[in-house]
Amino acid sequence: MREIMVRAMYCEMLGYDASFTYIHAIKLAQQGGLLEKRVGYLAVSLFLNEGHELLLLLVNTVLKDLQSTNLIEACMALTVVAQVFPKDMIPAVLPLVEDKLSHPKEIIRRKAVLALYKFYLIAPNQVQHIHAKFRKALCDKDPGVMTSSLHIYLQLIRSPDSYKDMTGSFVTILKQVVGGKLPLDFNYHSVPAPWLQIQLLRILSLLGKEDQSTSELMYEVLDESLRRAEMNHNITYAILYECVKAVYTIHPKAELLEKAARCIGNFVLSPKINLKYLGLKALTYVVQHDAKLALQHQMTIIECLDHSDFTIKRETLELLFRITNAQNVTVIVEKMLDFLRICNDEHTIIHLVGKVADYVPIKTLTFAPDNSWFIQTMNDVFSIGGDLLQQDVPNNFLRLLAEGSESKEEDDQLRLYAVDSYLTVLKGHTSHLPQCFLQVMSWVLGEYAHLQESVDQREVIRLLTQLLDQRSVSSETRVWILSALTKISEGQTDLILDLAESLSSSQDTVLRQQAQELRHLSQDSHKTSSKPLCKNVDSSLSFLDGFVSEALAAGAAPYKPPHQRQEELCEDRALNLEPYGFSLPVSLSSCSITDRQSPTLLSVSSGLSGNSTELSQKAGSSTLILEGVKRVWGKDGYLPQKEATAPPVDEPSAAVQPPSQQEAAERIEPRPDPSTQNQDKQQLASSLFVGLGVGSSMSLLGKSEAPPLRFRKKPRPHESSSSSSGTSERSSDSSSRSSRNTTDSFLYSSLLEEEPAASISAFDHTPKSTTANGLAQNKDTKEDRRANTSQILGGDMVIVRPSTIQDKHPPSVSSDLTALLPADLKDLPHSDVISLTSDPSLSLSSCRLFRDEALLPLVVTTEEYGKLWLSLSHDVKQNLKLLTDAGDPLRTTLNALKDALQLHVVDIIGSEGIVACRLLSGAPCLLHCRVNGTALAMWLRSPHPALPDCILYHCQRALAHH
Amino acid sequence: MIKAILIFNNHGKPRLSKFYEHYTEDTEQQIIRETFHLVSKRDENICNFLEGGLLIGGSDNKLIYRHYATLYFVFCVDSSESELGILDLIQVFVETLDKCFENVCELDLIFHVDKVHNILAEMVMGGMVLETNMSEIITQVEAQGKMEKSEAGIAGAPARAVSAVKNMNLPEMPKNINIGDISIKVPNLPSFK
Repeated sequence: MREIMVRAMYCEMLGYDASFTYIHAIKLAQQGGLLEKRVGYLAVSLFLNEGHELLLLLVNTVLKDLQSTNLIEACMALTVVAQVFPKDMIPAVLPLVEDKLSHPKEIIRRKAVLALYKFYLIAPNQVQHIHAKFRKALCDKDPGVMTSSLHIYLQLIRSPDSYKDMTGSFVTILKQVVGGKLPLDFNYHSVPAPWLQIQLLRILSLLGKEDQSTSELMYEVLDESLRRAEMNHNITYAILYECVKAVYTIHPKAELLEKAARCIGNFVLSPKINLKYLGLKALTYVVQHDAKLALQHQMTIIECLDHSDFTIKRETLELLFRITNAQNVTVIVEKMLDFLRICNDEHTIIHLVGKVADYVPIKTLTFAPDNSWFIQTMNDVFSIGGDLLQQDVPNNFLRLLAEGSESKEEDDQLRLYAVDSYLTVLKGHTSHLPQCFLQVMSWVLGEYAHLQESVDQREVIRLLTQLLDQRSVSSETRVWILSALTKISEGQTDLILDLAESLSSSQDTVLRQQAQELRHLSQDSHKTSSKPLCKNVDSSLSFLDGFVSEALAAGAAPYKPPHQRQEELCEDRALNLEPYGFSLPVSLSSCSITDRQSPTLLSVSSGLSGNSTELSQKAGSSTLILEGVKRVWGKDGYLPQKEATAPPVDEPSAAVQPPSQQEAAERIEPRPDPSTQNQDKQQLASSLFVGLGVGSSMSLLGKSEAPPLRFRKKPRPHESSSSSSGTSERSSDSSSRSSRNTTDSFLYSSLLEEEPAASISAFDHTPKSTTANGLAQNKDTKEDRRANTSQILGGDMVIVRPSTIQDKHPPSVSSDLTALLPADLKDLPHSDVISLTSDPSLSLSSCRLFRDEALLPLVVTTEEYGKLWLSLSHDVKQNLKLLTDAGDPLRTTLNALKDALQLHVVDIIGSEGIVACRLLSGAPCLLHCRVNGTALAMWLRSPHPALPDCILYHCQRALAHH
Repeated sequence: MIKAILIFNNHGKPRLSKFYEHYTEDTEQQIIRETFHLVSKRDENICNFLEGGLLIGGSDNKLIYRHYATLYFVFCVDSSESELGILDLIQVFVETLDKCFENVCELDLIFHVDKVHNILAEMVMGGMVLETNMSEIITQVEAQGKMEKSEAGIAGAPARAVSAVKNMNLPEMPKNINIGDISIKVPNLPSFK
């Protein structure tokens, strides 16, 4: 029987069905002697899975064996329990396994710990009570038991907060291990317990992540590990790698970082290919924190890019992907596409194409917008990726085209280029094109073919019709093409009628229906011209008011918006059910991390895949409406609008060149020139790593969130030096201006030009250093605010460009401040005059003038607020951080917001508060805040569709900076 | 954790497969085939890691393999395992096998599937690395082997005695009958005709 079972196992492994032996395996485990039992258990664990019904027959045997005094029987039972055990039977064996934790034999204890870990993975709630025992296992006198308990902690510490207190013990354990305190049998190639070290390092890095105090505890031991691991064996490198990762994960310490960076160098330069791979992995991880490191190894990276090993190549691309910025994006994307062309692994293609596709639009819009490159790359992506692409890639692309950016000409140019390139593609050989590419093309042609005047619409129709006739085109694509034809059919009745005729006998009902519709539309031409009528969709549904009031009178429950209902439902649970977290402008890494964050705007184009003509027409009209609205949220979080395109006020537009060529040139020159390397690689390197070298501030530019941040930080040094003397200030200004040719410096320099002039005319005396500081501080805060305004305006409104100007005046004349303003500013609206200092020797006050648009407090009473609230249609909900450091968190938070954003706090009742503000142009925005646990549930309403989003974003920022 | 351990030879014939997560029979076979397909294409001088692809649970997983003479040892692990650590674990596993079988070869794996599985169970339990110390593993395996043998000695004695008796008797009994039958029948046949 035993022999037969072994053979059955072998057959099963070879892929033959041996299910008839399953029951015998269980029997063998139940009845046989030790030898048989062992084979039986082994067969069971190979044959059966956790859900298999036969396992129930085994439970009793396992229970019996767990209680057995025979060591081997107990061991076998534990093994089988850890391998396969039905979830609902865990309570039955749990007490027995727990008892084993105090078994005298260490092997039993160890297996029991792992079995419990397995239970934890399967059913975490059933093992909650034994966490204390896990701790005991960690302190077990046998290192083996301790090692297995680390598995558990590695899992538990994924949510580290409740385990911070154990950092000390882990550090001590690692110290002892590294110090060689373990028995010699634990050495592997004379390294003390390497696997144990690796696990400990992982645990520590999880614990120390973003936690300075915890990290400080482990600096010493990490240093020690780095120092000790110097022997040339694989396993030491494994430890080193974990060390490096830990060093970069925890709160940074310069000294350790330096050592870790050197270690990475060893990895990358190693001739051993495995180590090189790990080095690349480490680099990929590290460039998020310090992009310059990649620069040191650029030649190696270039070599790896051409490496014959697929894995290495892929890892290199991953690395390049992380260091992409405005200047090297073209080269990197090209490399990726090259790789995709030769790659035939389906999974890799999906993975990479998704990345490229995610990336290209963002990069193009935030960096140098080069329409032709963008469209060409997307064409490549579509044709290579083909139908492996996830559906949201084409959808996002179409949305991008449809919504466009803030300037109409630019959008039209982009669309025009797309139309042109698609026409070229369609004129060529089309049968090999993937369906989703065809769909994209037909949509674009349908929407925008009219932009291209030089091409006859008939030609477009002819090309699309040709596509329809092709056999390889799927019926879904046909529907797309037909809706495109519907859109451009106006005036081409003869062609369309033929087409509709031929299709109305089609097998596909959807196609046939569309053909019918098409025919009717084209016969009755004013039906098509009625299209613009759908533009004015009454989003407040006011025509239903009468019905609603009748229903209410008849006793119906008043309508509650879905999120309110949802909130009421889950009030007691106090879970955060908000679907999306806002991506705060954080750091270099934000770009890749927040890739997947969903945009707040609805995906317009997804509606277009619908089947009927009406639907696509409706969607078409809704895109029309959206054209007026800016694209505020991208995949990357908040997309700062390119100030470059905003109408400049008093600066020649030459100052707002995108940061491309000049930086590139700067970068190439100072690079060390190892003469041994060949020229090509040098060139490639220069194009790949351009932009990284100038320093971290430069690479920050690659991130969309960077400009406001820089804007805020930079002025400080200049400002504090400025008040000492007028001339040096001027020179420093001009130098600072020339040193930065980014778009935001335009704003900054335009500020500087006005502000110093004002301040100097106001005070002729040379201030003491203290007052100078105060002045600089004040200016900073004002600039912050101004930065905010410019954000709000630039980011949101239709034609806004901030030009608020601040002036300072002695208090003696504050009664009539406006009289002192320059003549051209007098008539502009302004805010209240605020006194900025109480210093008797110096008094200054400021007010804000608004030229175009700004956020102002809206002073209303609670009743008015209530009325207004009901009348507003666009609303947004989000949970925000609550400032909890003061006694009354709600009030503190609202006051902070009030200070930062010029809001008016209308009322605070209990745990709720209402706040109001308005735009200078009049559009109000109402905010309703409620304390919800430790979060602030914010609910915004405004008649302006994009205003709530925008204000929410700034609230979030204001709170984050608080 | 470790998702699967596969051993197959240069022709892709599986010699040992152990899955720590449940897959259907067909998927397991497909995984083995595809893994072999991926691994066998690779040269000797390139790295021992492969991003898992679609095989087992998506992009988080890696294949870590070593090639010894005619056999590939492939560990499929998720991101919580250290690559080099696993690579050395394979080494430990192979060295242990070598010690237990004295110059392990492919045939040993075929004829002692259960023993190999037992050794593996001492190293990896339910997907977690249990023991990495070679001598410890060998001690455990040997201790168990010894105990089994001794038990088999006690429990098996009566059975052996019985079978010995049977073996002694069996050859005589049928012989007599057969010979008798034949000798009886053969001479009678012509007389009836």
